[in-house]
Amino acid sequence: MNMLSLPRARPLGKVHVPTVTLAHGGGGKAMKDLIDDVFVSAFDNPALAPLEDQARLDLAALASHGDRLAFTTDSFVVDPLCFPGGDIGKLAICGTINDLAVGGALPLYMACAVIVEEGVAIDLIRQIALSMAKTARDAGVQIVTGDTKVVQKGACDKLFITTTGVGVIRQGLELGAHLAQPGDIVLVNGLLGDHGAAILTARGDMALDAAIESDCAALHDLVDRLLVAAPGVRCLRDATRGGLATVLNEIAHASGVAIEIEESRTPIREDVRGFCEILGLDPLYLANEGKIAAIVPAAEADRALAAMRAHPLGSAASAIGRVCQGEAGRVTMRTAFGGRRIVDMLVGEQLPRIC
Amino acid sequence: MKYVDEFRDHGKARILVNEIESLVRAMNLTAERPIHIMEVCGGHTHSIFRYGIEGMLPKEIELVHGPGCPVCVLPMGRVDDCVAIAERPEVIFATFGDAMRVPGSQKSLLQAKAEGADVRMVYSPMDALALARNNPTREVVFFGIGFETTMPSTALTILQAEREGIQNFSVFCNHITIVPTIKAILDSPDLQLAGFLGPGHVSMVIGTEPFAFISKYYRKPMVIAGFEPLDILQSIWMVLKQIQEGRCEIENQYERVVPEAGNGPALAAVSRVYELRAFFEWRGLGSIDHSGVTLRDAYARFDAERRFAIPNAKIADPKSCQCGEVLKGVIKPWQCKVFGSACTPEAPLGALMVSSEGACAAYFQYGGIKQATAKKAGVAA
Repeated sequence: MNMLSLPRARPLGKVHVPTVTLAHGGGGKAMKDLIDDVFVSAFDNPALAPLEDQARLDLAALASHGDRLAFTTDSFVVDPLCFPGGDIGKLAICGTINDLAVGGALPLYMACAVIVEEGVAIDLIRQIALSMAKTARDAGVQIVTGDTKVVQKGACDKLFITTTGVGVIRQGLELGAHLAQPGDIVLVNGLLGDHGAAILTARGDMALDAAIESDCAALHDLVDRLLVAAPGVRCLRDATRGGLATVLNEIAHASGVAIEIEESRTPIREDVRGFCEILGLDPLYLANEGKIAAIVPAAEADRALAAMRAHPLGSAASAIGRVCQGEAGRVTMRTAFGGRRIVDMLVGEQLPRIC
Repeated sequence: MKYVDEFRDHGKARILVNEIESLVRAMNLTAERPIHIMEVCGGHTHSIFRYGIEGMLPKEIELVHGPGCPVCVLPMGRVDDCVAIAERPEVIFATFGDAMRVPGSQKSLLQAKAEGADVRMVYSPMDALALARNNPTREVVFFGIGFETTMPSTALTILQAEREGIQNFSVFCNHITIVPTIKAILDSPDLQLAGFLGPGHVSMVIGTEPFAFISKYYRKPMVIAGFEPLDILQSIWMVLKQIQEGRCEIENQYERVVPEAGNGPALAAVSRVYELRAFFEWRGLGSIDHSGVTLRDAYARFDAERRFAIPNAKIADPKSCQCGEVLKGVIKPWQCKVFGSACTPEAPLGALMVSSEGACAAYFQYGGIKQATAKKAGVAA
């Protein structure tokens, strides 16, 4: 567990017991103490401070950033809660920021709901809240409202987090999965599959000792620079669950085009390749938490790639393929071996093979 | 990756494909009457699709995807037995991942898990033994499945459990053996095969001698093949070369891993723990004599079949399923009546659609269901 990278939790504050109990969800003093001590103190900002039932956001301030509101929500249920390269808190903030960013939105505000299983250590919740606060602060996002529920042992798996984000889409930007055109270039901002491999390794049930860290990161700054360098970008998608393969299939279907990628240009860490070889998994389907696929007009592809590579979260960016005529919705890959295969949607979850 | 990338070299692949094309010309093969070569092992099927090997081969060669995926040939009744064991409240049922989706007559292990059965995915039988150690008040049952490749590891785990005196561990033994199965395919009246790519992992354990009957009595060539794409191309070339030269032998392309005599300690563990069953039921192929193993009496206490009441019902394969014909290479997966319609990886009717090593699932995943379009586009399909 990479707990060392988390902000250090304070010793017990208002909450004087080591674990969450049902009383912390009962609506009384214990609950108020938990919220004040763990969440409010970590997320501290002017919009949250009044602790009303809703955050009140200034419309004029929002409108100054663009002309459309972007609004998104996602739930996070990862096991284990802390893993190399991140934790569920960082994941919940980055995931929602990225969902806003790939629509061309500047992420501004966030709501956060947590469901905690009784018996979880308060200290762990506190560390995760601090991790959320740090990630949001670093990204310039404020967590302005939230909710806390405590459920009986067994009713959930330790801690679930739902984050809802609000951002503003800058004027003139129009991104969409339906906008890819034959001739466009497919870019990714770096090495694929790190998050999926890190989580599987961190679960510790495979006796595999691989030092793979999750790529969990907020991508809005990288997206911002990409859009400045290549304003004609057609589509951005973050390649989370289902991996790059799923995202490309979604784009190919929505745009009614075919996409062809090159295995030799698709960046995958050596450790992740080895990990997938052993378990019979395909890295194209492994989850990422800091990777986007971008569909860019060919004329802007070089500039887009250079902008990605100039950013710390895009140093291993690569142009991996192109959009082409052909059967609508079909994604194919030219294998490094010289063959060609179809990259279909994943069915269910990837299961390791017998031998 | 060291010792892996060397076997995926594009330049060498091109040279081999050229050699294969030369042989095809020299043999006067035509696309109308292609030569059929069966890869017995599911691991080969997986590699063939993953690297797009079918699309690289001349149209005069057709690969037939054989019965070598243990998940695919597991009969429905045995899956029902697994579910019955798994649903016992005292049981933790430990299984390899890809066996969880195999459909039984009512449900799969994945569905049983969703309904509350304690089904755990493990990566080796030793992981299941660790579960038994860590849960002394529960009964841990390991789903022993696979050919000679996985048979020794289950046997060694039982021997380990015996040494440790572990009381709450047993194996639901569904291990099967490849040789009688190949024989059953060779005896099939509609056989159209010209040769075989032999199973590399199985041969690593049993060696090459057990396959001698194929060349000796059935006059078919076999090349024991590795799993990297260059291994497969070279093995196809070796099979063709035998046919062209009128030879009929068991050759070993996978010499770097497969010793001619097999793996002594693994074979010793296998013969110590198991004995042949009189017959075993295969999905799609029916009952095949001496094609499965069970635990010897000395290890009865580790045998889940003797430890629990098991329904052991014979469940006929769905009538619309043509898994058997696909397994024997009589039809291609997409020619099955239900391929891609009633039978998909999301809702598999036949087991060939379950495991990623199953011919139908591999076609579906890597070949898509619109074969005609795919062929036109020159895509492996």
